[in-house]
Amino acid sequence: MIYDIAIVGAGVCGGMIARELSRYDLRVCLLERANDVAMGASKANSGIIHGGFDPEPGTLKQKFNTEGRELLFDAARELSVPHIRNGSLVCAFTPEEEEQVRELYARGATNGIDNLHLISGEQARALESSLSQGVTLALHVPDAGIVCPYKLTIAAVGNAMDNGVELHRNFEVTGIEHSGGIFTLKSAAGESVSTKYLINCAGGHAGKVAAMAGDDSIEIIPRAGEYMLLDRSEGKTVGHTIFRAPSKEGKGILVSPTADGNLLLGPTAVRVDTPDSTQTTREGLAAVARSVKESVPNVDLSRVITSFTGVRASHAAGDFIVGQSKTVDNMINVAAIDSPGLTACVAIARYVTDILGGMGVQLDRKPDWCGKREDTEAFSKLTDEEKDAVIKQNPAYGRIICRCEEITEGEIRAALHINPPALDMDGVKRRTRSGMGRCQGGFCAPFVMKLIAEERQIELEEVTKNGGSSKMLTGRI
Amino acid sequence: MKNHDIVIIGGGPAGMAAAVAAFDSGVRDVVIIDREDNLGGVLKQCIHNGFGLHKLGKELTGPEYAHVYAQQVRERGIKVYSGTTVTRITSDKIVTATNTDGILKIQAKAVVLAMGCRERSRGALNISGTRPAGVYSAGTAQKLINCDGYMVGKRVVILGSGDIGLIMARRMTLQGAKVEAVCEILPYSGGLTRNIVQCLEDYGIPLHLSTTVAEIHGSERLEGVTVAQVDQNRAPIESTRRYIPCDTLLLSCGLIPENELTLNAGIELDKVTGGAVVDQFRQTSIDGIFACGNVLQVHDLVDHVSDEAECAGASAAKYVLGNPSECGRITTCAGEGVRYVLPQRVLLSGEQVSLYLRVREPQTGVKLVVKSGERIIKTFPRLKAAPGEMEKLDIPMSLLSDADKTLTVSMEVQ
Repeated sequence: MIYDIAIVGAGVCGGMIARELSRYDLRVCLLERANDVAMGASKANSGIIHGGFDPEPGTLKQKFNTEGRELLFDAARELSVPHIRNGSLVCAFTPEEEEQVRELYARGATNGIDNLHLISGEQARALESSLSQGVTLALHVPDAGIVCPYKLTIAAVGNAMDNGVELHRNFEVTGIEHSGGIFTLKSAAGESVSTKYLINCAGGHAGKVAAMAGDDSIEIIPRAGEYMLLDRSEGKTVGHTIFRAPSKEGKGILVSPTADGNLLLGPTAVRVDTPDSTQTTREGLAAVARSVKESVPNVDLSRVITSFTGVRASHAAGDFIVGQSKTVDNMINVAAIDSPGLTACVAIARYVTDILGGMGVQLDRKPDWCGKREDTEAFSKLTDEEKDAVIKQNPAYGRIICRCEEITEGEIRAALHINPPALDMDGVKRRTRSGMGRCQGGFCAPFVMKLIAEERQIELEEVTKNGGSSKMLTGRI
Repeated sequence: MKNHDIVIIGGGPAGMAAAVAAFDSGVRDVVIIDREDNLGGVLKQCIHNGFGLHKLGKELTGPEYAHVYAQQVRERGIKVYSGTTVTRITSDKIVTATNTDGILKIQAKAVVLAMGCRERSRGALNISGTRPAGVYSAGTAQKLINCDGYMVGKRVVILGSGDIGLIMARRMTLQGAKVEAVCEILPYSGGLTRNIVQCLEDYGIPLHLSTTVAEIHGSERLEGVTVAQVDQNRAPIESTRRYIPCDTLLLSCGLIPENELTLNAGIELDKVTGGAVVDQFRQTSIDGIFACGNVLQVHDLVDHVSDEAECAGASAAKYVLGNPSECGRITTCAGEGVRYVLPQRVLLSGEQVSLYLRVREPQTGVKLVVKSGERIIKTFPRLKAAPGEMEKLDIPMSLLSDADKTLTVSMEVQ
């Protein structure tokens, strides 16, 4: 079988492109090297829906941020992904930073972003009482927001699958042949997939994938960002996303509530050797702690429940790469998608679709396409009376497996079935939040393992944390 | 909405002992709500011995100790809602819980909190490095091995020399795993002396004090850890970094009372213990809500949990049955060398009051001094005192008076 379109990489861009293409009568597949979707930068970033004032005018970043912000809010709503329009504050502490913030305000106007406000330190503290006394000026962006980035990716892929896109996991592309107008992609496991058009969304590995197809123009610079996540008890420390004035290295270390109600601190920005350098470091976490204490002094660092590192795929030119390959026909690169990539992903997906149309791909709309996805967190939002009724129908919703987040067996079993089904512990965690609370799976892990084994009809010893050799157990006693 | 006189949250050792004591104090309508299918709480996975020496005069395993109390619960016909998780407690004592029958709401006259504690996770410890499989809190590993019958690893490093870590070092060894080392960031172990001897020394497992895990390695399954000695600020010393290959890291780095329900009910918590602020009858800042066991303060021995729970259960019964008489109250506070004192409040009622406390650092040849202002109420000499062994000081009520506002307990070198 030959696909019309193969997308390499099930991150948020790959997922959104898959969803966009699922509107049309096309055979589309999504190839992912990991055991789950959203396993690269899409699962470990700040989850910010950026206002759009920051990118340099005329860049792709600016275009897709401006076009994409409201598209992303719409997509999050259609896909029932947690998101909040909480607004952001970019804070200046020094005269130099004030100058930068004023520049951002002016740039915002150039970028066509309205509803931006320069406010005094006093006014900023009136909006956000925890803010440092040291803040002298701030840019208030009421239209900015937050979204859960991995749930957005999972939902986009799930919705694409509901509409006919095929997901191949554990498909690490190791070679690409291109002859007679057909790409044949080989995987590390020896499988192969053939396609007429190829879309490279391979994140940190996009340069490598492009090169396999014969385009060696992309050099990805991996930059690690370390984060700390705090208990939900701290989720209301700030309401807005609190940025510092930006530096060359990025948008700086922020303090933000998450769409799921935690408090997120980070990221650092450190150049690393490979896109897989996702280890945290003592220095990195200390740098996050230092910066955060300056902007929001009352952040309670004793409430950290986990820390992690995301690796952004950056590029020396500083802009996104989205377009037809200059050297390989019928291949589109979607590469170097660092910030504001999450905000931009829907706009990018539409743009890529237009390019495909321009390349001659027949875009016939499917009459039965449905862009909505059921709310997988619906149960947790019910009233006691409504929950009672659900439990009487399905008693599995009456067994609470994860105490910290109050996640039931019913919700976990559902996550093992709904597209794209969770296959491992981390997959269950990212879909249901089971194990994501303050005990970090201490109590629920043994129960979740059993549910995975049961639903997937595998031995308990075969259950993994995140695929491959990440087995949880080493055998029976 | 159902009605019960006394609702006990948790079916572990504290919940069971509280229920029995409440019943025996004359209240018949006592119920236990337990999230697990069987009573016993964490004791079910503690298959080693050492339980019951103080309380029952014999040495039992965890499940045997639990059985003694579960039997007493059954004999009294105390109702147990098992497989039922409490999700909310209000200050007016409405308890909301979930089980496979639906959502349960109970109006209680008194509530006893006995939810136990949880383990400090890797995330809370902020250990840097990768995030592979094979990093477990010691209690989770204990459950998988002892209750489910699966091994979690073959080559093990344990961080933290709390009792669960020590017990698991022996357990993993007996099950054929190689325990490379137990690392303790403090200059002393927080575990019971008997556990250090019986679980480490007897098996030749090295205990490295003032040493921590500085980094975790491995992309899928754990491949090794870097350990390092620490300086006075508990920061790893670069020159002492050393790689130990292993596939499993067990964390035994402290227990945290599970007080989310308590907090949401609006009950005052003690920042040091992590549990509720209580008087000697284990009543919290809300009348009619009591707390006991590891949800109140983390204990060393289950025997003491049972004692404390009996007190809470009996007090809850007294609250339901009687009219409490007004009496003077004194606050307690931790002085020099003492980390916390419990109860935080003493009512001038009863024959005597027992103060429980932990010292900050191990010390020999000391006295624990209870003072009201400058007046010494009582002095308790000790050959040695250590943070890992809870101290109990009995003070006759006759030594206290309305004039005393605050009792301070401090540790002085003799």
